Parts: sequence; C-alpha cells; structure tokens
Amino acid sequence: MSTKTAAPSAPTAKVPERDKPTPGARALMLLLQGRTVVVLVLLIIFFSSISDSYLTSSNLVLMTKHVSITALLAIGVTFVIITGGIDLSVGSIAGLAGMITGGLLYQGLVLPGGSTVWFSTIMVILIGLLVGGAVGAVNGLLVTRLKVAPFIATLGVLYVARGFAALRSNGSTFPNLAGSEARGNQGFDLLGVRSLLGIPYAIWIMIVVAAVAVVLTTRTPFGRRLYAVGGNERAAVLSGIRTSRVKLAAYIISGVCAALAGLILTSELGAAYPDTATTFELNAIAAAVLGGTALAGGKGTIIGTVMGAFVIGFLSDGLVLVGVSTFWQLVVKGSVIVLAVILEQTQERLNAKFAT
Amino acid sequence: MSATLSAPVEAPPVLVAREVTKSYGGVHALRGVTFNARTGAVNVLVGENGAGKSTLMKILSGAEQPTSGEILLDGQPVSFRTPREAQDAGIGIIHQELSLFPNLSVTDNIFAGRELRHPTHLMDLREETRQARVALARLRQDIDPGTLVGDLPIGTRQLVEIARVLSQNVRILIMDEPTSALSNAEVDVLFDVMQDLRAEGVTVIYISHKLDEFRRIGDHVTVLRDGALVADRPMSETDTGWIVQNMVGRSEESLFSRTSGEIGEPILKVEHLTVPGKPLPLVDDVSFSLRAGEIVGIYGLMGAGRTELMEALIGSRARTEGTITVAGRVSTEDTVSSRLKLGLALVPEDRQRDGLVQSLSVRANIVLATLGNFTRRLLSSPGAEKSTAAEQVKGLAIKIPGIEAPVTSLSGGNQQKVVLSRALLTKPKILLLDEPTRGIDVGAKTEIFRIMSELADNGLGVLFVSSELAEVMGMSDRVLVMARGRITANLAKQEVTEERLVAASASTDVMEVNP
Repeated sequence: MSTKTAAPSAPTAKVPERDKPTPGARALMLLLQGRTVVVLVLLIIFFSSISDSYLTSSNLVLMTKHVSITALLAIGVTFVIITGGIDLSVGSIAGLAGMITGGLLYQGLVLPGGSTVWFSTIMVILIGLLVGGAVGAVNGLLVTRLKVAPFIATLGVLYVARGFAALRSNGSTFPNLAGSEARGNQGFDLLGVRSLLGIPYAIWIMIVVAAVAVVLTTRTPFGRRLYAVGGNERAAVLSGIRTSRVKLAAYIISGVCAALAGLILTSELGAAYPDTATTFELNAIAAAVLGGTALAGGKGTIIGTVMGAFVIGFLSDGLVLVGVSTFWQLVVKGSVIVLAVILEQTQERLNAKFAT
Repeated sequence: MSATLSAPVEAPPVLVAREVTKSYGGVHALRGVTFNARTGAVNVLVGENGAGKSTLMKILSGAEQPTSGEILLDGQPVSFRTPREAQDAGIGIIHQELSLFPNLSVTDNIFAGRELRHPTHLMDLREETRQARVALARLRQDIDPGTLVGDLPIGTRQLVEIARVLSQNVRILIMDEPTSALSNAEVDVLFDVMQDLRAEGVTVIYISHKLDEFRRIGDHVTVLRDGALVADRPMSETDTGWIVQNMVGRSEESLFSRTSGEIGEPILKVEHLTVPGKPLPLVDDVSFSLRAGEIVGIYGLMGAGRTELMEALIGSRARTEGTITVAGRVSTEDTVSSRLKLGLALVPEDRQRDGLVQSLSVRANIVLATLGNFTRRLLSSPGAEKSTAAEQVKGLAIKIPGIEAPVTSLSGGNQQKVVLSRALLTKPKILLLDEPTRGIDVGAKTEIFRIMSELADNGLGVLFVSSELAEVMGMSDRVLVMARGRITANLAKQEVTEERLVAASASTDVMEVNP
C-alpha cells in the first residue's frame, strides 16, 4: 500500500501554491479519493497471492456475510457521526436485542400471573428492532434534551444495555431458538443461516439497508439536514432546522440498525447469550472512519462506510486464513485504521491546495 | 402616524421595534430602542462595534428574544421564537458571520432547511439546481451550483449567503455588513440587486460601517450608540460629519486624554510583515515602528487585520513573513516564547477565550506566564506565587474577593487587569493590547488607560487596538489605521480627526509609511 502511494508523491512536493495540479498529483488525488476501494483491491490481491482458498466464491460469500454485521452497525453509526455525534452503544444494543428476541423465542413472555405469551417470529423480530430503536431514542434524548456529551451518553448506555442483556437471562444462554410449530415461532434461522439464490439473507439485508440509507442520506431533506447539523450547527439553527429532532432520529436509526445486526448474529448462532457483539462498536466506528466519515461531523457517505466494513472484514478474515497470530491481527488492523486517517488528511490538504 | 394633509404621504413602517431592551446578564445590549423600518426603502443602521446593531437585527429575525418591548409587523404585534417563524413571516437575514455549511454544495446551502420536494417526498434536486442557478445568475456569479461552499473564496461565499436569502421571496431583507468580504465589483452587483429589490417593494435594513457605501444606497439612516438610538433621519438631510458625530458622541471624550511624555528611541521595528490568508493576506506587507514611551493606537473596522497583526507580533500565527526587530534584536523564531523573551507581551482581544484560564484562581492566572520564576528544584513555590500575585493585585488596584478566588468571580474590568498584570510580570519592553476596554465599564476603562499612560511614562512602548474613535483619539500619541490587512493611514496626534480615521478605515489605498 505504502509503495503505491509514495511513488507519485515526489513531484507534488514541488507544486507551488495556487498552481494547477500536475498529472502526478492528479493521479495521487484520484487514488486518495478512492482510497478505500484501492486498499480493498490491494488486500484481495495480496491475500489471494498467498492463499489459494481466499478468492473462492464460497470464501467470498462467507467473508461478505461477516462483513454484513459490521456494515449494519457501521451504517447506523454513520448517521450519528455525520451529525457530529458518536454512538458507542451499538454493540450493547445488538446484544440486548439478541437477548430480548432469544428470550421471547425460547421461553416466551412470562406474565406476572404465571401464564406465558408466545409471539410469532415476525412479531419477535419487530419487538427486537423496537428495543433497538428505544435504546437509540434514550441516547438521542440524553444528547438533545439533557445535553450530555454524545461520547459520555452512549458510553453510559453501553454499560446499561449490556447489563440488561445479562439480567434478562441472569447471565446464562438461551440455547435453542428453533421455536415450535404449535407456537408459530419457527423460522428465526432465516436471518442468519438461510440463503436466497445462493446468497445468505444477511447479505441481502445489508444490501437493502444500505440502499435505503443511501437514499435517505442523499435524496431526502432529512439527509441533507444531517449534514447541515454536523457541518455548522449554528447555521442549521438559523436556517430553521430543528437540530434536536434530526439528531434524535440519527440515534434511533443507529439503534435499529444495531438491533438488526444483533438479531442476525443471534440467528446465526442459533442461541442468544449476553456477550453477543461485545466491542463490535469499535469495528463499526473504524469502518465509518475508514470510509471517509469525519468524526467532527458533516462529512461521510454510506457507500464509503460499507466499503470500510469490507476492508475491515476482508482484512481480518484474510489474516486468519493465512494463519497470522491473533496478536499480530490486532496490530495490523489498528495500523490500517490509523493509516487510512492519515491518507484522508493528506487528501484534504491536497484538496485545499488545488481548490479554486 | 396621523398624517396631516400637507405632509407627503408615506406608507406606515412595515416593521417596528418598539421600546426594545435586551440584557445579557447585567449588560444592556439594547436600551429601549424604537426602530422603524420604512416600507420599500433602504434603511441604514450605523454605529460603532458593540452599539447594539447586530443584537437588534437578531431580535428582528427571531434569533434572539427581547428582554422587554415588542415587535410590530404591519402594525400587528408579533413574536418570533425561532428564525424559522421570522422567515415564514417574510423576513430574511444575511448574517455578519457567515452562516453557511462548508461541507455542502452551493445548492444544498441555498435550500438548507426548506428543501424542495418531488411528489415522491424525495428532494427535487433538479429544480433546486435550476433555482440556484437563477439566484446565482441574478448576482452575476458564474459558479457551478454543485461546488462545495468550503472550496469557494470568501467573497463568493458571502454572495451565496445573499443568494440563499434572495431565493426565499422575502418582504423584508436584513443585511448585516454584507460587503465586508466583497470586492468593489461584487459590491456594485449587490447594490444593483438592492435597487431592483427596492423597486419591487422589498424593505431593506442595511447595517454598515462604510460611510461611502451606505450613502450611495441608503434612503434613511438610524444611528445607535451604546445600545440606545441617538439619531434617525432621511439620508438626504445628513452628511458624513453628522453621522460620525452621532456615532462617536462627545460625552466620553474627556474621560480619556493623555499628555504625552518623553518619547525615546524606536524599540519596535516591523518591516514587511505579512500574514497569508485566502483570498487576500490577513496582514499585507505592514511596516511601522514604535518608540519607547509612545502609545500608538491602531484603528480599523472588524476584519481589517488588527488582531492578526497583534497575533503575528506575539508569534502565535504560523507562516508569517517579514522582520520584527525589538530593541535592536531581530526576531529569528515564530514562537510565543521567543517573543516573550525579546520583550513583547500581549493582552488578547478575547479575554474569556484567550486571556484567562477560567477554571483557575486569580493567583494562578497572574503567574501563569512566569511560572519558571517561582519554581525551585522542579517544584513550584506557592508562597512566592502568592506574594507576587498579591503585589500585582495591589499595584493595579484589582478588586478581588481573595487571591485564591476563581477568576470568573471578578468583573470584566478586574479580569482584564488580571490579564494585564500577567503580561507585565514578564517585564515587557513593548505591551500589545487588543481591544483592552471591550466589555468593561467606563470607570474600569479610565483605569486601564491610566495604567497604559503610566507604563508609557516608564519607557514602555504601548501598541493598542481599539474600535472606538474616542478612545483612539484620546489615548494615542500616534494612530495607525488598518483596512484590508494594510496600513492606510499613519497620523500624529495633532493630525487626527474623526473624518480622517473613518475615511482611512474604509479605504483600500495603501499608504506609504515612513517609519
């Protein structure tokens, strides 16, 4: 990666200010602009040259399925980061939503009187998503109404939601989510296990969610207001934008996306346990940042975030496949994230230099 | 409004602020101002910095609520709780500080908060782009509406802001110093558009500092001073002298006057100092000198580059060019610590942000710049700090509840003295003061000036920035005027007149300064 970008950098150093970019600089800027794609392609070339099994269709599908979890979490987080906030609670929300749905499938809803209510699978899924949205709303209200800094508010919710996830089962696992025909709650394995046209439903879900998110962010007034709030909150207020409402919606979207990821993970395992998706929020934030989302707010795209999730997933799985030790995996992953941000800074500097 | 038959028929004012008062804490930004915006006219509002113009406009546009008083629109009392409510009533405002989104395109900026929709509820990007083009064409701007606003030069950004308001079909258009970032050609375009708007019956409220500009375009002029309305007349019945006189007022002048002491050798020499900026340098090839025992005032409008000049002198601006010589020694580094060593010290403009560490005590703030003097074997000596701080408090007559009291518990004037005492502890040869009297009461102002005079008499060179004509004229042995990053006048005390200062502050001609 580094050799590729270092080569054309020599001529750019000599470009005086307010000058037209040289062809070398132009090429460098293009590379930087599409840096996530470039990194992804390089990763694929690198790993497939080492391992024959990397670039097989079955491995690609498997890796993409892993990516879908990170991508769903990261898409939600991207909404929040664009407004200038952060959501650290998505991993815990995924865990909590998994435990709520798992519990409803395994033991139903036990009413105070001792009787048990069972819900259909589709209802259970909707309840799981609702839980995610509700926790997201708590985040949003903490940030907009009580003016808690987003980092702190969602850090608090990270612990609280994880605590409730464990409390739901007193720390144990709900081992069997198959349901029974009599209760009408079979088929939860669709989300994480089954496939359509040879492609797992998890991937289809990621594609649909990403498409909806792209339309939301680029084609709706809500989307533009997200960027406005993150870019210049004061100007947004002066433009008559209800900034609190926009932020609240972003946190709710993030919560729902997290819950969806949690349901897929739970379905994939066929069991719900309280530690599901622990620390996944960090992967999600890293994916968003890799994809060009600025933590300061106002900048970022859903496509970029999804690409970022692919880089993280394909990198992790590739390292596993070629037998790199777990410890080195962490070192490489961390370095790639920091490197990506450095590349982004370089791009911004070049943009500023060549802007009219 | 009981019009007699002989008086010319005039439409009643479309927008009236009646007896409006606004206080922030104990500070009165506006006191009982009654302002009429005459229908279909260009109503000019003038006053010095801090006179309350921007506050009044924020109230009229719904960004702030008055503490008391009422707003009448078409004779009916209204209350705008948000900018949106004012917008819905047909009031548009172009803010002094740009309120644009640098991360969004020109089109996105123009329609932020009131996006156009398809029947499908998605945004109608095509129609937005078309309308953005129309608005830009009206301002004769040939820019792609898809360009990111952050990539545009500052003058063009200002025009985007204007385009945004124009595309809203406003009845009342408030412009708060819209020309401060515009080139002369751009100002001409803007004035053409304003003529068109007036012909269409739009009421314009125009805030400006630039006498030559607003006399060209204005129909009616209202002068604010210290939060109160002091004069209100048709433009045709005024002249420059009348306006300046009302802006400045005469009453306070006697409070600041200085009998110059003995003036010594030059101790500060600045040659070709430049602070780069986009599109124009913030400080542009500035040369001057300052002598020991001399107080030099720097006058100019907001954005003229005065603060940047001060920051360049103290070394907190990166990438400056030119030479700075203090008492014969040329500065070799662009760092604050090296400039402090050379003998420069700055009392910054924004006391709250740059001057004080709000969370620390009076003592800690006073000794902050000279901590090294109180350190014995790597440990600081609270006793020595305390006695030094106490000396300073006594010497400058700072009124404090106690040496360990939080610095935020002091009044503005006493906070300023804390900042000043910290600067003096570094034993400067040259004291730089940026708006030293901003936000402090008249009594404290007089005291700050007394201290400045004493310091000069003791052989310091004092360079101070002020936006108030009376202060600059009363306190300076010599006045430099800045406009657009350049020095446009260098006047000895006896040459200084209000008209000259105002004219030079709006001028773009570079003056050849002989040091």
